[in-house]
Amino acid sequence: MTRVVVGPFNRVEGDLEVTLDIAGGVVQQARVTTPLYRGFEQILVGRPAADSLVIAPRICGICSVSQSIAAVSALQALGGIQPAPNGVLAANIAHAVENIADHLTHFAVFFMPDFTRPTYAARPWFPAVAERFAAVTGQATEEILPARARLLHVMGLIAGKWPHSLTFQPGGTTRTLDLGARMRLVSILREFRMFFERTVLGLPVEAFLAIETVDALACYADSQRGDLPAFLRIAADLHLNRLGHGPGTLASFGAYDTPGGPLFAAGLYDAVRGCRPLDPALIAEDVSHTWMEDAPPSHPAFGMTHPDADKPAGYSFAKAPRLAGAPVEVGALARQAVDGQTLVHAMLAQDGASSVTSRILARMIETARLLPALDRWARLLHPNEPFCAESDKTPADGVGQGLIEAARGALGHWIAVRNGRIAHYQIIAPTTWNFSPRDRDGTPGPLEQALAGTEVGADGAGAVDIQHIIRSFDPCMVCTAH
Amino acid sequence: MSRPLKLLWLQAGSCGGCTMSVLEHGTLGWFADLSAAGIELLWHPSVSLQTGQDARDILHRVETGAVPLDILCLEGAVLCGPNGTGRFNRLGGTGRPMMDWLQALAPLAGVTVAIGSCAAFGGIAAGDPDPTEACGLQFKASHPGGLLGTAYRSRHGLPVVNIAGCAPHPGWIMESLAAIAAGQLQAGDLDPTGRPRFFADHLAHHGCSRNEFYEYKASAEHPAERGCLMEHLGCKATQAVGDCNQRIWNGGGSCTDGGYACISCTAPGFENTRGYLATPKIAGIPIGLPLDMPKAWFVALAALSKSATPRRVRENARADRPVIPPGRITK
Repeated sequence: MTRVVVGPFNRVEGDLEVTLDIAGGVVQQARVTTPLYRGFEQILVGRPAADSLVIAPRICGICSVSQSIAAVSALQALGGIQPAPNGVLAANIAHAVENIADHLTHFAVFFMPDFTRPTYAARPWFPAVAERFAAVTGQATEEILPARARLLHVMGLIAGKWPHSLTFQPGGTTRTLDLGARMRLVSILREFRMFFERTVLGLPVEAFLAIETVDALACYADSQRGDLPAFLRIAADLHLNRLGHGPGTLASFGAYDTPGGPLFAAGLYDAVRGCRPLDPALIAEDVSHTWMEDAPPSHPAFGMTHPDADKPAGYSFAKAPRLAGAPVEVGALARQAVDGQTLVHAMLAQDGASSVTSRILARMIETARLLPALDRWARLLHPNEPFCAESDKTPADGVGQGLIEAARGALGHWIAVRNGRIAHYQIIAPTTWNFSPRDRDGTPGPLEQALAGTEVGADGAGAVDIQHIIRSFDPCMVCTAH
Repeated sequence: MSRPLKLLWLQAGSCGGCTMSVLEHGTLGWFADLSAAGIELLWHPSVSLQTGQDARDILHRVETGAVPLDILCLEGAVLCGPNGTGRFNRLGGTGRPMMDWLQALAPLAGVTVAIGSCAAFGGIAAGDPDPTEACGLQFKASHPGGLLGTAYRSRHGLPVVNIAGCAPHPGWIMESLAAIAAGQLQAGDLDPTGRPRFFADHLAHHGCSRNEFYEYKASAEHPAERGCLMEHLGCKATQAVGDCNQRIWNGGGSCTDGGYACISCTAPGFENTRGYLATPKIAGIPIGLPLDMPKAWFVALAALSKSATPRRVRENARADRPVIPPGRITK
């Protein structure tokens, strides 16, 4: 048995370290370390309640809108505030745009460059993918980064700027979109859709979303141009659907408020039991292997954050969130599975669990599903109605929780306010779930489980499969321990 | 230009938002801009291929001098805690605190650049109670020193270049890097806190689309109203440096244009404001008046302009869209 430490593990948003125990060319067990702690939950305490809208989004510069919306949602719950319908639509639009931008950045900048490694030089697809996705020099970024920047012009309209905006308020959003702004919005969204269909999908969104079976997906991959079909051909060649199987249960808090409920449903999914409800009261964070002072597992409404970098049993600054005592996997795949997306269910049934392939595919399915929703929301903005309800007074005392979905999965903020000041603030970010350390029962977190059993052969820790598995989760390490 | 300048970008106590911002730059993407400016990325944690051992090898070659370090960029605050050990932020796979890496690498750098208010001054990470003992490279809030000390100069004789902002405009970052690469950024181009003067010699207020409301002190009282945000809603644009309203953000926005207060994110210590979205007042007068204006004059001018406010300006200030269009007074 050899123990190797992999790090700095990059292209993951923030820093990551993974310790692998390898025997006979197979990963026996993995330990995932979040090596950065910034203390946001400590910094928030004592400040006026509304200052959470300034501080909390700065946990993360890549999912800043998601953090804003979770903080807003917690304040809305605290104050019983009903936002203006236009504000809900505008927030949905900004939130979906951020999530799409994140999916795109992950695909092109973080994930695909691993297929340009020399280890793949003999594969038939290598020359094309190396030209297109080489890190920094690949020509894909010359198209994809400007398309991302153009899509983020939506933030200029709704949020003033990105990342880190204060447009998101308990009453709605602060910028009223006039007729011209609404037309610019529709135009930016249409332009992005054209780009996405032409460059990534190789098909119109509706035709792509009509693919419902694994066989039809294979047919699509073999017959279409575009970056997603190219990825799917590589995935088939390398059997990436057999790599990185997650813990089984997928969880989503539900995403994008609409009058009829969330666009993507909340709940749990696994291949055996199908969909079932998620009870947030059953969430608890375990710190037995976290560099935090020992404490019993606690619901985040009560849990504390007292770092202890010297704790012998600790190996990460991330806590270990568990749902009814068990780890769950979160992310676009979980959102789409919980919402009943047919192709995602077919992939999960075929592979028996979440995999590298299905995680990547689910982000593109989600993007394709969001584009028509975005267009619909933009057209639903009511020209004569307010974007922000007058609701500037939150109660001096109370509690609230904001459970939303960031690009990388379930995000929760829990706030308690006393005498107008924040008395308690806890955050569980998506990657806290996915990259959690072991709990007191010794149960590994989702990534730790996904890495165990991976064949690395003579390459050991340098095996590229390790790279694919870790990056398939699209981790955000800055959020993880915050 | 003889050879591309080698740029190493590191992230410490960071949210990654400065990188997300600069990735918005350029009609052919940021990498094309870097290349055009004659800059080669030695390694960047978010975008480079090299990981694990390969990344450590790059850092080792830089530290031993085998590879020249022309530009060192840091994104995020330097975390010195707990108890000065720096262990709240070890660089993965190296066992070494980022603080140590920075102390080792900064003396080798041709120019050292703090990307964002965290790397410059500590920023949000240094917010009270400062649980991680965070600081910037050469400042802790407005106190000179930081990690590297007041005497630090990079090989080219510059103090740390502080591209403040949370997050900075992508143009502030890329234009600063391009100026450094062209050898055109001199000590005199920096303000006393190390911020490039091309954006720091302006106020966020300059070019604000709410200017007419400011002139007449016609103020918004609730979020989304069109009036000036200074009197009631916490706006610090008349004190905050930045050409924010002379540029466009994300294709056509800015904080004040987006309907919310400037929180002075380019200023050292902005993290310890209490009540960002409400203006603190004494006897009804905002305490944060424009920096270089005698208070009595401001109060007198404000009273005069309030008395002269056209009805259009007064009523539009309290509405979320223009309710009275511009036009000649008809009665």
